[in-house]
Amino acid sequence: MLMPTSVPWADEESLGSFLERRRVSRREFLGFCAEITAILGLASTMAPQVAEALQAIKRPSVIWLQLQECTGCVESVVRTAEPTIGDLVLDVVSLDYQHTLMAAAGHQAEKALQDSMAANRGKYLLVVTGSVPLKANGVYTTIGGRTAKVILEEAAAGAAAVIAVGACAHWGSVQAARPNPTGAVGVSDIVKDKPVVNIAGCPPIGDVVTATIVHYLTFGRVPELDHDGRPMFAYGARIHDQCPRRANFDAGQFVEEFDDAAARKGWCLYHVGCKGPATFSPCPIFMWNTRTSWPIGAGHPCIGCTERNFWDSMSPFYTRMPNVAGVGVERTADLIGAALAVGATAGVVAHAAATGVHQIRARRAARELPVVSNAPPPPPPPPPSNPEGR
Amino acid sequence: MATTKVVVDPITRIEGHLRIEALAENGRIANAWATSTQFRGIEIVMQGRDPRDAWAFTQRICGVCTVVHAVASCRAVEDALDIRIPANANIIRNLMVGMQFVQDHVMHFYHLHALDWVDVVSSLSADPTRSAQIAASISPWPNNSATHFREVQNRVKTFVQSGQLGIFTNGYWGHPAYKLPPEVNLIAVAHYLEALDWQRDVIRLHTVFGGKNPHPNFLVGGMASAINLDETATINAERLTDIHDMIRRAQRFVEQVYWPDLVAIAGYYKDWAAIGAGTGNYLACGEFPSADIRDIESLYFPRGIILNRELGRVHSYDQRAVAEFIHSSWYEYSQGDAAGLHPYDGETKPSYTGPPTPWTYLQDEKQKYTWMKAPRYEGKPMEVGPLARMLVAYASGHEEARALIGEALGRLGVGAPALFSTLGRTAARGIETVLIARQLPRWYDDLVARIKGGDVRTFDGAKWEPSSWPAEARGYGYLDAPRGALGHWVRIADGAIRNYQCVVPSTWNCSPRDAQGQMGPYEAALTSNHPLVDPERPIEILRTIHSFDPCMACGVHVLDATGKVITEVKVQ
Repeated sequence: MLMPTSVPWADEESLGSFLERRRVSRREFLGFCAEITAILGLASTMAPQVAEALQAIKRPSVIWLQLQECTGCVESVVRTAEPTIGDLVLDVVSLDYQHTLMAAAGHQAEKALQDSMAANRGKYLLVVTGSVPLKANGVYTTIGGRTAKVILEEAAAGAAAVIAVGACAHWGSVQAARPNPTGAVGVSDIVKDKPVVNIAGCPPIGDVVTATIVHYLTFGRVPELDHDGRPMFAYGARIHDQCPRRANFDAGQFVEEFDDAAARKGWCLYHVGCKGPATFSPCPIFMWNTRTSWPIGAGHPCIGCTERNFWDSMSPFYTRMPNVAGVGVERTADLIGAALAVGATAGVVAHAAATGVHQIRARRAARELPVVSNAPPPPPPPPPSNPEGR
Repeated sequence: MATTKVVVDPITRIEGHLRIEALAENGRIANAWATSTQFRGIEIVMQGRDPRDAWAFTQRICGVCTVVHAVASCRAVEDALDIRIPANANIIRNLMVGMQFVQDHVMHFYHLHALDWVDVVSSLSADPTRSAQIAASISPWPNNSATHFREVQNRVKTFVQSGQLGIFTNGYWGHPAYKLPPEVNLIAVAHYLEALDWQRDVIRLHTVFGGKNPHPNFLVGGMASAINLDETATINAERLTDIHDMIRRAQRFVEQVYWPDLVAIAGYYKDWAAIGAGTGNYLACGEFPSADIRDIESLYFPRGIILNRELGRVHSYDQRAVAEFIHSSWYEYSQGDAAGLHPYDGETKPSYTGPPTPWTYLQDEKQKYTWMKAPRYEGKPMEVGPLARMLVAYASGHEEARALIGEALGRLGVGAPALFSTLGRTAARGIETVLIARQLPRWYDDLVARIKGGDVRTFDGAKWEPSSWPAEARGYGYLDAPRGALGHWVRIADGAIRNYQCVVPSTWNCSPRDAQGQMGPYEAALTSNHPLVDPERPIEILRTIHSFDPCMACGVHVLDATGKVITEVKVQ
């Protein structure tokens, strides 16, 4: 989404009156709010609060930088699932700079960026796709003759919040895989003075991006994040724990070779390399492309693309992860995270510890503890009285 | 005679990062240089990895043409290891690549290219009733009502009046180069919005077979999506019905919206049929095998080369004649800058020699100026893409292509030479989209017929285990992608990738000058009878560059981290 709706949301107009003017019924709007509330992992009783907050918000500017990347994350957001109302709410934003879609080019495009940054200083939302190459003084990615690093630093300085979309912006992704020829790093390696939300995945599911923006607009702060900056509402659960094929894992029913009799029954892909036991991602819950399917659902093992360093730590992709005991030993399956990534390069060891048991335990504990707010509230919308809803 | 230096950076509404520098003289472009400003080094990353993983790495070269690198990579590895995929897997790949073409070309037309020809602001003064009459005269599309067009117009009106133009900020609205009447502008704006919803639906074909889009999953040896009509988690009647309906909606939109719009809009811009011709050499590697990929005769779009715009003769294409040069590119070769290397022996060592950033005007340096290498075929620059494919098909006697090209030329009242132009490039993209949209139901029917006959195989695992591989192997995977001829060359040694190289459509089209001073296709097109009325508002440059549909992340690549050159080239 983040597409231009051609129904403009006028300055200083509330979303409520805007929707009314667009002839979106109250019922449709509440239906959308219920859906977005579910995606955000909030109790359904929160839906009216989401609706109230959304109706009151004004339209903030969004600046979207595309740095060293493949445009796949933009394409993913363009495929976002929600119907017209979704376009609206995410169009809630005034998308002032976005290379793939904007009409202007050259210095007219750069002027649009500078004008928006100046007019909305301290208030705009910065979305970044792509990594930042640091070797050779940054000449591996330039726009308008300036390096990605300079452009990011300038745009981040005036941003209210920064959302790093996709594995490249998260940690560098494929170009940062061994031996990282261009010295690619993620946004949080450059932006240190404000919280960076990492929407992990190569690419992430577009709906997670839009839901994160809705969260920010609704609650006046970014969502609760895990140790790696990923929103808990999307990355709080392990694929292995949510997988419809988990029963086959527990029963010892495994695909041993693609297209074998087990594959034609839709059994567990762990023996052909599935990285679901070490991957935190909403794929099995949200699914892809208007809930059509997801990788394991289409018979291919998970490659772990929401985890930092997955190109090195999860490959070879078709090799079985070590030490996951079979049949129904839940404790051992939990431990897989710690053993994961093993065999990969030494630099990954710290990562393995971080994504392993510690993660799982921390998440379980987090559900029972009061949630600590992790971000300073940005300006526009007044947060509802009980922002957590937990 | 006044000469003006022009810089357009960033070129927007493309994939990736592209800079154009030009010299404008008296309303014309006297000289032009195309600079790719991003380098990622993915093939260096691939050294030493499992060849069965290669598709996933190379797929991430591009998230727009998100299936083509993955399939080309599978084909390269399958060529190296002599793997023959089952017929069902070939059909499924054709469906996925075919739907990629259809979705990608439609999005290119409406969301990347249209704003070069369509003045959004002008649509405000349209008479929606008249728009509906015009639309009804060219298409039976049911949404083309006056009511619908009026609603879209009201939306645009409020949008413009708000003063917050979002992505439409600073567009070249009101530029004299815009020629469409307000009513046609309004039709195009309405379809811009409709196409956004449409693309989200039809691309789900990738999700059914590959689990997601962008970046659906593929598999060396076939496809991972097993077929079983009697299970829920496999390709069954429910999934097939979904596919069938997506194909129907894809074809309908192409025939009733995209194609009529394209022909109608082209009618107002016939002068662009004499602008932007370019190199005059065209290369198509061929695509959509109905049998094994090695059977060139089974390709739906034929393989071949056309030289010097001579449609009377189609030359054969042989991958051995491809070589890449770095005369103007920020790389080093161990044999020096004059060498041309075949991709099996490709070297890539980035070596930036440009000025320190920020740049103002690169060409003041008179040095190397891009991250793009210069591929040449028998020493010649070649244009690749829809125009190359349609010209080769036309000249090869492809009946369906000839009929549609003839229809388009007839409706525009122009001859075949009009194809060699900016407008011809854009028209050829539409023509091939119609052809592929008509192929989709045929492939679907083939798949269903095979399943009905009892064949559900989607994968051949005979060569899956590395123990079954030779100690050394090499392979070539080709795929004529939406933006043109794509090639992957892989060398495998001791079960791991030893060298991997891609020569990509945008590498051909965005290539810089070579040692002989031959321009690449972008540069040649921008200097072929090319106007530039107002250097401050270079809409003409955008028209011609967008007619190629640049994909810059694809174009720039690099290989051979070790710097080893494997010298014994045994020619295939």
